[in-house]
Amino acid sequence: MSDATPKAEGGLLGWVDARFPLTKMWNEHIAEYYAPKNFNIWYYFGSLALFVLVNQLLTGIWLTMNYNPSADGAFASVEYIMRDVEWGWLIRYMHSTGASAFFVVVYLHMFRALLYGSYQKPRELIWIFGMIIYLMLMAEAFMGYLLPWGQMSYWGAQVIISLFGAIPGVGEQLALWIRGDFNISGVTLNRFFALHVVALPLALVGLVVFHILALHEVGSNNPDGVNIKEHKDKSGKPKDGIPFHPYYTVKDTFGLGVFLIFFSAVVFFAPEMGGMFLEPPNFEPANPLQTPEHIAPVWYFTAFYSILRAIPDKFGGVLAMGSAIFLLFLLPWIDRGRVRSVRYRGLGHKVALGLFAAAFVALSYLGLQAPSDLILGLTVTAWAQIWTVVYFGFFAFLFAYTAFGFERTKPVPERVTD
Amino acid sequence: MRNIALGLILGFFSGVSLAAGGGGDLMDAKVDVSDQSSLQRGAKLFANNCMGCHSAEYVRWNALPEGLGVPMETVEASLVYGSYTPGDKMNIAMRGSEASDWFGAEPPDLSLTARSRGADWVYTYLNSFYRDPDASIGWNNTLLENSSMPHVLWRLQGVPEAQYEEVGGELQTAGISVPDSQRGPLSESEYHQATRDITNYMAFLAEPIRAKRQQIGMWVIGFLVIFTGLAYLMKREYWRDIH
Repeated sequence: MSDATPKAEGGLLGWVDARFPLTKMWNEHIAEYYAPKNFNIWYYFGSLALFVLVNQLLTGIWLTMNYNPSADGAFASVEYIMRDVEWGWLIRYMHSTGASAFFVVVYLHMFRALLYGSYQKPRELIWIFGMIIYLMLMAEAFMGYLLPWGQMSYWGAQVIISLFGAIPGVGEQLALWIRGDFNISGVTLNRFFALHVVALPLALVGLVVFHILALHEVGSNNPDGVNIKEHKDKSGKPKDGIPFHPYYTVKDTFGLGVFLIFFSAVVFFAPEMGGMFLEPPNFEPANPLQTPEHIAPVWYFTAFYSILRAIPDKFGGVLAMGSAIFLLFLLPWIDRGRVRSVRYRGLGHKVALGLFAAAFVALSYLGLQAPSDLILGLTVTAWAQIWTVVYFGFFAFLFAYTAFGFERTKPVPERVTD
Repeated sequence: MRNIALGLILGFFSGVSLAAGGGGDLMDAKVDVSDQSSLQRGAKLFANNCMGCHSAEYVRWNALPEGLGVPMETVEASLVYGSYTPGDKMNIAMRGSEASDWFGAEPPDLSLTARSRGADWVYTYLNSFYRDPDASIGWNNTLLENSSMPHVLWRLQGVPEAQYEEVGGELQTAGISVPDSQRGPLSESEYHQATRDITNYMAFLAEPIRAKRQQIGMWVIGFLVIFTGLAYLMKREYWRDIH
């Protein structure tokens, strides 16, 4: 008998390649993906976000092995992990620190996109996928925070879910539907657990794949905002492009090392981060009968929490908070400018972007303080109102500045500059 | 740009300790969970004075030898009262419902108090009791007004009296002091040390791995510094033909 298929060339790899596009995928996305050669420090945070995602998935799997998702057992099972499970403390601290680290790198990654116009045409979909990832990440973090079933887990979730109750008409029913009970209870804990460990991670991983596929379709932006595909050599490779592997794999390995030094410093020497990553009241088991004095979300939500508190009307606050996030989705269409990188954009844009970043940091800080505290003679609420105006003002200014031709840009170079 | 990014990262980490401070009038417990003799003294004081009413239900007895640097037999002989096996949790015989009847409130479990309230809070609390004839239990506390806990450590400290100061025409407690005639067997500094030992031990109970994790952390970061240095050299070697 004779087989029509010729014997595969190239050993095992050849055998696989005849059946699965392994080498093709490797080349397309890593070995022959040409990235601009002038990436700077801001370009580490994408690969770091991917690393932290993997960290969260792996430590999460091991936490799940010993965690007990019930109102009676959750808190004690976390202490069991911290004390009795071999290396459980390390797995838990890597997960809890990883949650905050995720937002640190994602915020810096997003700011990089703002700096160099990486959301602009033709990268709108990369930005949209990224924003959905960010939204999913917020849901993932919020639901994960309920699981230790401490006082802040419980009351934080109570406050956030009650926000849905502010929606006119359907609000109360909606909040009830989310909780599955009239208060946060074991029912809520169970569904949050399911969403946190199965549904949202699946969605996140899928979206990250879309995010990267979309990026590799149009190619990476760079600090000069120029399109490297416009200048190719005879073989069709961009003159300012270098293969992702080995150049950026070795560079990102170095970046990962630096990140891990910071990360380990927190994990091993300050896992509570002074109450920012693990809040002190969360070392008390959830008690539905006793409200903590001061309920604050974890630091990565406090910018939006500040905006919520800045508006006197509850539903108005919810709307403002929602639009603070939603407006970011529209950024590629709000910004009518043709120049991408902040290096060559008008002074107005530079100042506005600086103020926007300052507003985000200020609002984050204010969200950690009690509303009636005084700072330089003004209440925290008053400061939050000022910075909320700055935050929204950025979008209004950016549209007016770019749509009506006020922006005076500098000439953009043909090729990357460094 | 590089400097801005670094500044943001460093600024973030340094701002944290400021933001989370709070409670400026607490005494500094100077917690050091690697100080094993302090932990041993604290364990003894805790077993004799606290565990009549307070459990530490998340801690198992067999977690103590490593942290305290003593063999299990010593733990058993000097800290444990009643029947036990090494894997038992540090529970107590008193029932919560009885305690509620006696004190008006159930004494809280102390496994995690040093983390939920903070070690400095615990230390300050133990140094804030004073005699109060008007209180139902005869004692009061300047840090936690009308606390239902009696001053158990009076046998060491003596009987402290409140000091008052006038604020806007009203008398407020401003601190405590022990009159010489009411002083216990310990001097003021000895009592501070004793309460510091208890606090230190409670910080250990709240996170038994704390001292060891810092030790491990030194090795991890040492490794990472070397790794990152090598990664940098490798990056520079590969990038030689780019820049």
